[in-house]
Amino acid sequence: MAMSPSTPDRDDPHDHDHAHGSELSETQLRVRALETILTEKGYVDPAVLDRIVEHYETKTGPHVGARVIARAWIDPDFKAALLADATEAIGRLGLVNRVGDHLIAVENTPKLHNMVVCTLCSCYPWDVLGLPPVWYKSAPYRSRAVMDPRGVLADFGVALPADTEIRVWDSTAETRFMVVPRRPAGTENWSEERLASLVTRDCMIGTGVPRRPEDVS
Amino acid sequence: MNGVHDMGGMHGFGKVEPEPNEPPFHAPWEGRVLAMQRAMVFTGAWNIDISRAAQEQLPPQAYLSASYYQRWALGMERNVVEQGLVDADELAAGRALRPGKPVKRVMTEDELGRAFVRGSFGRPGPAQARFKPGDRVRAKNIHPTGHTRLPRYVRGRAGVVEAVRGCHVFPDSVTAGTGENPQWLYTVVFEGRDLWGENADPTLKVSVEAFEPYLDPA
Repeated sequence: MAMSPSTPDRDDPHDHDHAHGSELSETQLRVRALETILTEKGYVDPAVLDRIVEHYETKTGPHVGARVIARAWIDPDFKAALLADATEAIGRLGLVNRVGDHLIAVENTPKLHNMVVCTLCSCYPWDVLGLPPVWYKSAPYRSRAVMDPRGVLADFGVALPADTEIRVWDSTAETRFMVVPRRPAGTENWSEERLASLVTRDCMIGTGVPRRPEDVS
Repeated sequence: MNGVHDMGGMHGFGKVEPEPNEPPFHAPWEGRVLAMQRAMVFTGAWNIDISRAAQEQLPPQAYLSASYYQRWALGMERNVVEQGLVDADELAAGRALRPGKPVKRVMTEDELGRAFVRGSFGRPGPAQARFKPGDRVRAKNIHPTGHTRLPRYVRGRAGVVEAVRGCHVFPDSVTAGTGENPQWLYTVVFEGRDLWGENADPTLKVSVEAFEPYLDPA
């Protein structure tokens, strides 16, 4: 896929950059050139870039959010604090160094299902869910979530009762949203760690529901 | 601007296709792009709004055919030139032809932690918030040629203020070069039928995060 913004006709849909080949794609060459220039000019340090990449590859991810949800399921006081101010409540758990400001947790109920999208770009609660998946950043999701959320849910194999209210949160500012899904039945007396194993990334975005106990045992 | 980035309610893009066991990056260059973006924002050269605005200014064909990290890379090429940090002939040459310009700070390994914390966009507010939860408001029917965070699909539509989120940096001003100009931010909820017509899902409500200048009383 060509990167030149002025020559879209040079796009090659068969060159996906993650194809394995000895030839460097235009994208790889341009990114490498940009890094070379920024390094030579002293704006960035490649060793620091290595560490940033490593952080996103190894440290972040939906496991953080899963622990938050599991705690909310077993601790009503924490859940109340989470729904009141997610940044502060999660910050006190000590799972991550610091949670960014303006994080908002929204709770699913038997009558209400929440779904999060960013129609204008791809805003996503990185602190608790890690890097956004490709589908979240894709045109199909960004275009359809606000108009046809049940159709989007069907793409994920999720069907909600016809009378469940659906609330879609379009992340159009620097507020960020995470969904608190409903605790699955049959998990009474489960430990926080075991409950966390039921919490998927997608159920915290609102395009999925938690795993059932029988899915993990 | 009324660009292709403003996708809410568009048809024709097809199904959402989740990828099982998706890796953080699909190629090493994607990680380099993300890391460079983090490091450049740390220098104070630009902020997230200016980065988004640069991507929105890509020609529509380029925006739609580029992947997420390709858009970031293209946006960064634009940002470094616009901010006077790199010249176009250097991008073409693939190497620096002149020494760097002074920047506020350069990220070191000691400061890495700060690369991973999202900045705070809350600021002391001008006077009092104009609206309160429960107020009916109408999104203005505006079509600015510059950057804005009011999506087209709510413009001209009436909704209800659900929450006041504090006073935040106003992206429209930052990207116009007129400073942070903090504005009150609201969660405004719209009925699906008010946005999409009679055939809309009757159980649907959609909210946007709307800055006060986007709203009129309704």
